[in-house]
Amino acid sequence: MNSLFEYLLRLGDDSLIIGHRLSEWCGHGPILEEDIALSNIALDFIGQSISIYEYASEIEDKGRTADDLAFLRFDREYKNLILLEQPNGDFGMTMMRQFLFDSYRKLLFESLINSCDDRISAISIKSLKETKYHLKHSSEWVIRLGDGTDESNKRIQDSLDTLWRYTAELFYEDDIDIELKSSKIIPPMKELKEAWYNNVKEIFSRATLTIPNNNWEYGEGRRGVHSEHLGYILAELQYMQRAYPGMEW
Amino acid sequence: MVIEKDIWNYLKEVFDPEIPVLSIVDLGIVQKVSVTPESINISIIPTYTACPAMKRIEDDIIEYLKKKCNLDVKVELAYKPAWTTDFITDEGKQKLKDYGIAPPEEELEKTNLFQELVKVRCPKCNSKFTKLVSQFGSTACKAHYKCEKCLEPFDYFKCLK
Ligand SMILES: [Zn+2]
Repeated sequence: MNSLFEYLLRLGDDSLIIGHRLSEWCGHGPILEEDIALSNIALDFIGQSISIYEYASEIEDKGRTADDLAFLRFDREYKNLILLEQPNGDFGMTMMRQFLFDSYRKLLFESLINSCDDRISAISIKSLKETKYHLKHSSEWVIRLGDGTDESNKRIQDSLDTLWRYTAELFYEDDIDIELKSSKIIPPMKELKEAWYNNVKEIFSRATLTIPNNNWEYGEGRRGVHSEHLGYILAELQYMQRAYPGMEW
Repeated sequence: MVIEKDIWNYLKEVFDPEIPVLSIVDLGIVQKVSVTPESINISIIPTYTACPAMKRIEDDIIEYLKKKCNLDVKVELAYKPAWTTDFITDEGKQKLKDYGIAPPEEELEKTNLFQELVKVRCPKCNSKFTKLVSQFGSTACKAHYKCEKCLEPFDYFKCLK
């Protein structure tokens, strides 16, 4: 197994799956501006996944295209974080999921800019610019809802209680990470954890939210073992390519 | 025989499909132009990674240059340098304003929450009395504003750095 290819799948699948989830909001946003914002952000993620899969396809070098990687793998071959496939829930749940991920993604891209892999560095420089907008957006909503009415506070606290357990996986490390770390392609993930935790803690304190106790360590997504939600996502995501193989716009 | 300078001039006549007053040269996405006796090679970079206009721009370049030069045209999408709004030429910024889109300006860091990162001038009446409606506008590159003086809603081409 090629470690770099495997890592690119993790990176690309994170973008694709969260992008798909956010796109489900299109036409359902609580207000027009947010409907447009969520679709915009979804598009940024789909764009990231395209550039990552294109590189993955070159690295794999078996004739599979970026589209093949996006649309023609089975659920066990997707390596995204379990957090990202969780259902949208209410708007607060979506914003909480987004905030937990954006704050991680920003730190990750900031580190990957220094990757000795030229292409990963270039993709990160590009993606970081967009990620900064996403993080501002999700941070502000978490604070606004947490420090809002009793009802909004209760609901977003529930979202945090539900999603927090999935955050241990953000800093999951296995042999693949260790190998790429030693060749200076990726940063030591454990070192990002403290910076991430301090950032989310600060935002949650402004939002008057409490971080739940949790010691559930979860890393199955990176190995392709998912929650029941991924299958439903793929059923919709892959529908056109499965029903009409090779179709193009 | 066509030379590179001719090609650059032709590319000034290929326009962004979303903002048709802006040529792809104004936008700063053309990175490299090279000419051989048989073919023309162009390298462009995306504004936003998922900008749906990129494919269309590629096709437009090929169609226009083939018509003008009758040579084989290849367009490559490069992944670096990363495009920023600094790549938009001054002429391009003026064209944006004339078209009714406020051009990008220097902004505060996005870590400043709940603050306006920039005071955008209304492209119609030049007033600074404007209000951000949404950071995310009609396309990935624009934010939505309104002018509190002349009451016009307008787009701001947001600063990407
Ligand atoms: Zn005005």
